[in-house]
Amino acid sequence: MTTATTSTTQPGRRSGREPLLAVEDLRVTFGSRTSRTVTAVDGVSFDVAPGETVGLVGESGCGKSVTSLAVMGLLPARGAQVAGSVRFDGEELLTLSPQRMAEKRGAEMAMIFQDPLSSLNPVVPIGVQVTEVLERHRGMKGGAARKRATYLLERVGIPDPTRRLSDYAHQLSGGMRQRALIAMALACEPRLLIADEPTTALDVTIQAQILALLNELVSESGTALVMITHDLGVVAGLCSTVNVLYAGRVVERADRHPLFATPRHPYTGGLLASIPRLDEERGRRLVPVPGSVADNIPWEEGCAFAPRCPNAGDRCEAETPALVPDRGVRDPRLLRCHYPLAGDRTEEDA
Amino acid sequence: MTDRESASLGQRKKARIDRLAAAGRISEDEGVSLWQSAWRRLRTDPIFLVGATIVVLFVLLALVAPWIAPHDPTARLLIDQINRQANPIPDPQPGHPLGGDDAGRDMLSRLLVGSQQTLIVGVMATLFGLTGGLTLGTLAGGIGRWVDAAVMRVVDVMLSIPSLLMAFSIAAVFARPNQWTVILAIAIIQVPIFARLLRGSMLAQRHSDHVLAARALGVRPAAIVFRHMLPNAIGPVIVQATLVLAVAIIDAAALSFLGLGNPDDSVPEWGQMLGRAQQYFNTEPQLAFYPALCIIVVALGFTLMGESLREALDPKSRR
Ligand SMILES: Nc1ncnc2c1ncn2[C@@H]1O[C@H](COP(=O)(O)OP(=O)(O)OP(=O)(O)O)[C@@H](O)[C@H]1O
Ligand SMILES: [Mg+2]
Repeated sequence: MTTATTSTTQPGRRSGREPLLAVEDLRVTFGSRTSRTVTAVDGVSFDVAPGETVGLVGESGCGKSVTSLAVMGLLPARGAQVAGSVRFDGEELLTLSPQRMAEKRGAEMAMIFQDPLSSLNPVVPIGVQVTEVLERHRGMKGGAARKRATYLLERVGIPDPTRRLSDYAHQLSGGMRQRALIAMALACEPRLLIADEPTTALDVTIQAQILALLNELVSESGTALVMITHDLGVVAGLCSTVNVLYAGRVVERADRHPLFATPRHPYTGGLLASIPRLDEERGRRLVPVPGSVADNIPWEEGCAFAPRCPNAGDRCEAETPALVPDRGVRDPRLLRCHYPLAGDRTEEDA
Repeated sequence: MTDRESASLGQRKKARIDRLAAAGRISEDEGVSLWQSAWRRLRTDPIFLVGATIVVLFVLLALVAPWIAPHDPTARLLIDQINRQANPIPDPQPGHPLGGDDAGRDMLSRLLVGSQQTLIVGVMATLFGLTGGLTLGTLAGGIGRWVDAAVMRVVDVMLSIPSLLMAFSIAAVFARPNQWTVILAIAIIQVPIFARLLRGSMLAQRHSDHVLAARALGVRPAAIVFRHMLPNAIGPVIVQATLVLAVAIIDAAALSFLGLGNPDDSVPEWGQMLGRAQQYFNTEPQLAFYPALCIIVVALGFTLMGESLREALDPKSRR
């Protein structure tokens, strides 16, 4: 089972900064007692402090979106069992009434999604969708709301915002749509923003612009940001702390720089090796993580990553590794691995 | 009809409605542009153009009929030509190209002016059916849970009864049938179709990305239903409404034919003219032929228009 020690040895925890969001031992199971259940999130813990950007990284299906939906209280009431604890500014969210939760969403916490086109209502103009949020949480009406909406669109870099208010989603470019969604999410200056693969549907140059915009807005306003991605390259410029997820569990957590310098989990190593780098010679073959999630074994029986792991040894399929502080590196780090990659700390250091 | 037959009829109807719901749904990635591209396709679709031409002519006719009708449709101008045994129907003659009816009234004028009542019956029945169906469908698809279960139970029971049989039963309940009992009977049989259709596309909307995004912004449930789900779910219902107009006009004729229509014939209506004509059917078939032809052409017009609209809005059949 997961260790309870995670929150005490939290890498990236700045002294004196209380976490705004504290997720502890979050567990999400789909399916009823009668049918086969799927555990999408299996004891995930992480913290985010105000002004901090925390990354959740992992490949498709590892439970990133389900984690964020659970935090936002957006999972279907029937069909999904959520356990553990999600505290926002000290308040437990998982037991909050749906009404109270809806009041917080959009006002104190907001989320942006992967596909900007399908996340916008196709038959309602952008402006109405922005003012709707202002009306809901700020009680703003008419001219005041429109003025604020215009300002917001301008703030996220949409040219000619007054005219764009009456545009429909299909009249905007992909990048503009994501900007409009960011404007909606930030309309009421939330203290927490969850971005679920906000750039996956965009082309590379637009990706960089959107990431820069998010970075700017967040550092300016002190918003806590949870950045969800399958691409460590996105994390590189943004996150202070990175959580690497595999099959619903955190397998490695570290501050960004040490993680990139000395990945310890073979899965992190694989992810890093598959990022294209500008400083490397061209034509180098990108090494993806071999195999797919279909090869997983259940965490109960050992390490889920073992069948795909280049370092796998005898213990991996016999004993479930725990997420424990890693003594093989100088930085504070949590690691779930029996046979990690080489660290930067030798026996003499210890 | 046995239980099993009526059950399978209900099943077939349900399957058809669900297909329609899938077909007319506004696709996630196209949005408003879907209607635009549908219009682009329709402009060059001969089937749509034929249907739309018939419908437009019919509506125009209904509007101007009183002014272009050569005679007063209620005046018994040819009554002295009628001889119960030898010649029950006045023949075509100068000034009366289609002859008269069994009360000596000018056939052409009655047909022209009859378009008005026919349109009113069709439109009113469709509007009432639409109102009922939209209400039930919005409740079921918008609130969900036990409301959905309860509404859909009622809807499924209604669908399992052959619709004309149900219309006859409803119309027969009223001791004195009139125009409004006809409209009501036809409206009620359309309610479950509209309701199931809307509920289906509302449920698809409920699980759509933009509804999730709206919920992530804390938008209130009522606004989710009326601003984010209903406008996106209404497409198939609008398509169905054009098809229902055709059915309503035919059903009105069927009710009249069985003596459940409006007995007051001072205001002409095609279904009712057809109903009246059956007593002379063996000797004077033209009395039934003219209104029947009008009904068929107009119903065909609405059907062609509705079907091509559905086709154009179907994401699967595009390009
Ligand atoms: N509503 C649901 N019912 C059943 N299983 C679900 C449901 N939603 C998600 N899952 C399962 O939960 C797991 C995690 O899904 P999730 O969407 O969180 O993945 P992800 O990490 O966000 O992947 P991606 O990068 O593709 O978005 C998947 O195996 C998925 O099949
Ligand atoms: Mg996801």
